[in-house]
Amino acid sequence: MKHVDWTALTVFLLFFAVVTVMGFLASRWRRADDAQHLHEWGLGGRSFGTWITWFLLGGDLYTAYTFIAVPAAIYATGAAGFFAVPYTIIAYPLVFLFLPRLWSVSRVHGYVTPADFVRGRYGSRGLSLAVALTGILATMPYVALQLVGIQAVLDTLGVGGSGNWFMKDLPLFLAFGVLAAYTYSSGLRAPALIAFVKDTLIYVVIIVAVIYLPMKLGGYGHIFDTAAQKFSTVNPDTGKPIGSLVVGPAGQWTYATLAFGSALALFMYPHSVTGVLASKSRNTVRRNMAIMPAYSLMLGLLALLGFMAIAAGVGKGVKGYNAQLAVPQLFADMFPSWFTGVAFAAIGIGALVPAAIMSIAAANLFTRNVYKDFLKPDATAADETRVAKIASLLVKVGALAFVLVMDKQAAINLQLLGGLWILQTAVSLVAGLFTRWFHRWALLAGWAVGMVYGTWVAYGISSKATKHFGGNSSQIPVIGKIGYIGLTAFVLNLAVAVVLTLLLRALKAPEGADETSPADYSAEAGDESVERAPQPVVAH
Amino acid sequence: MSSELPAAGALPAVSPARVLAGLSLLVPIVAMLWVPSYTKTAPELGGIPFFYWYQLLWVPVSAVFTGAAYLLIRRDEAARRAASTAFALPAQSEGGELS
Repeated sequence: MKHVDWTALTVFLLFFAVVTVMGFLASRWRRADDAQHLHEWGLGGRSFGTWITWFLLGGDLYTAYTFIAVPAAIYATGAAGFFAVPYTIIAYPLVFLFLPRLWSVSRVHGYVTPADFVRGRYGSRGLSLAVALTGILATMPYVALQLVGIQAVLDTLGVGGSGNWFMKDLPLFLAFGVLAAYTYSSGLRAPALIAFVKDTLIYVVIIVAVIYLPMKLGGYGHIFDTAAQKFSTVNPDTGKPIGSLVVGPAGQWTYATLAFGSALALFMYPHSVTGVLASKSRNTVRRNMAIMPAYSLMLGLLALLGFMAIAAGVGKGVKGYNAQLAVPQLFADMFPSWFTGVAFAAIGIGALVPAAIMSIAAANLFTRNVYKDFLKPDATAADETRVAKIASLLVKVGALAFVLVMDKQAAINLQLLGGLWILQTAVSLVAGLFTRWFHRWALLAGWAVGMVYGTWVAYGISSKATKHFGGNSSQIPVIGKIGYIGLTAFVLNLAVAVVLTLLLRALKAPEGADETSPADYSAEAGDESVERAPQPVVAH
Repeated sequence: MSSELPAAGALPAVSPARVLAGLSLLVPIVAMLWVPSYTKTAPELGGIPFFYWYQLLWVPVSAVFTGAAYLLIRRDEAARRAASTAFALPAQSEGGELS
């Protein structure tokens, strides 16, 4: 059944070779003097201007897995999967309020990770550790899913997938070996440079797809009619239609809470923060919040490909068809071979960029908030960089093992949980940027309650594909509607933090030292405080 | 402890520019969370149901609102900087609390 499309494969490999060379050359790009310092390797020297940041963040947030999963959700259920669009619309105005403050305080105090800030603000290594571990835990399955994205493309190309386990996954080993090597040598500069290629390819592919495919499929009217017909089929298990073109009354809370909760969680992810802290000024961050929606538009158009896959008859009549393959299959069926190669290269490279940034972000967290804070407090800047480089390799090996040993479903489940978990760090991080009112122990307790509640509720959800962790929404206590578990857990987390803060303040529990001052939160590049303090105050 | 009190001579924390910027940021968020306002198929645009083209339309519209907030805040911040350097002379810079 497998046949290899050589033209597509050649084009794919060509692009892959180009970005590999770029990845290694990136270490010489905009090189600074203190190459041994972690903010050089892990934050690209905090030097990126508006356009580089735009490409970097776009390459970082809109991952290959997104490109596969969003249209796959649309393909499978229709409107419910479209929440990714309001999610990415809400995200930028929402984070516009606090990201500039995070940039400023991190710049003044030399913070590399969100957990660095939490430690400095609350004087609590415990709270910082909780934030760091949550970040690492949420990021690992996300890296693993990027591999799943590459796998989907390789499968459709007809390479791998046969023979013994080693031959089967050899292409994946090669792709990740290369990725690991240039991330190790070039740090954040590698994905920043490659992001240019990735994003350009993605834009070209999407624009061509949303014009060319409807022409071949009889127009948008016909595409949506076919989809409506498919969704009206009744699922014999539930007795309800399998999908819908609009969100029904029962699904509206789910749609809105998923959009809002995911938007709030987006910039809690360590890799998003890494992208933000790598920019060179406060206003660079703000400008990007206004221009990032260009990517959201692309994501929205891409989502429509799910409908086109239905109209093109992808997977029609195949029992238990894997929706994740719908878009790669659509490309392979509809595009000429050479352009299929371009499209697949876009997805493949689209996996490498975020995987690199995520592993760097996780490595920064480990180095700063576990290694330096707990294992070796007198680590020098060079030690930090060395440890971070090794940690970034381990993260990738871990992700690879994850995909190979555990099944794909486990990665998907864990990534859903990851979003829920990372949202629980929002109270410490976002509230901390505006006020020191919350007590550190109350925040820690709130975090723990949110994590346990969310995980416990998610554990109880089964779906056709999996016994536990089969979804991300459940009944909201008190309100009684079905909503995003992560957001419910977040509200519970906040409530616990408020009540316990009142209690701890009444008891006069020790508050911990705050090393930041109000002016730090509005510092801009060029200010005296920024010029004076590029390094962490914990001197070495 | 850091309550966010403005430095001596600075503008008040709530300024018209900040309020307007806040509203600009709020508009897209409210519009998208108000799901009942757009979960319908008619009117279609070029064969695309309302639900989809309306939300897609909000992507550039939200960018305009966020862009407006950026311009407002940039002006406001410039005014604040000017005010604080004019009133709180060198001795009162951010120093002292850094170590």
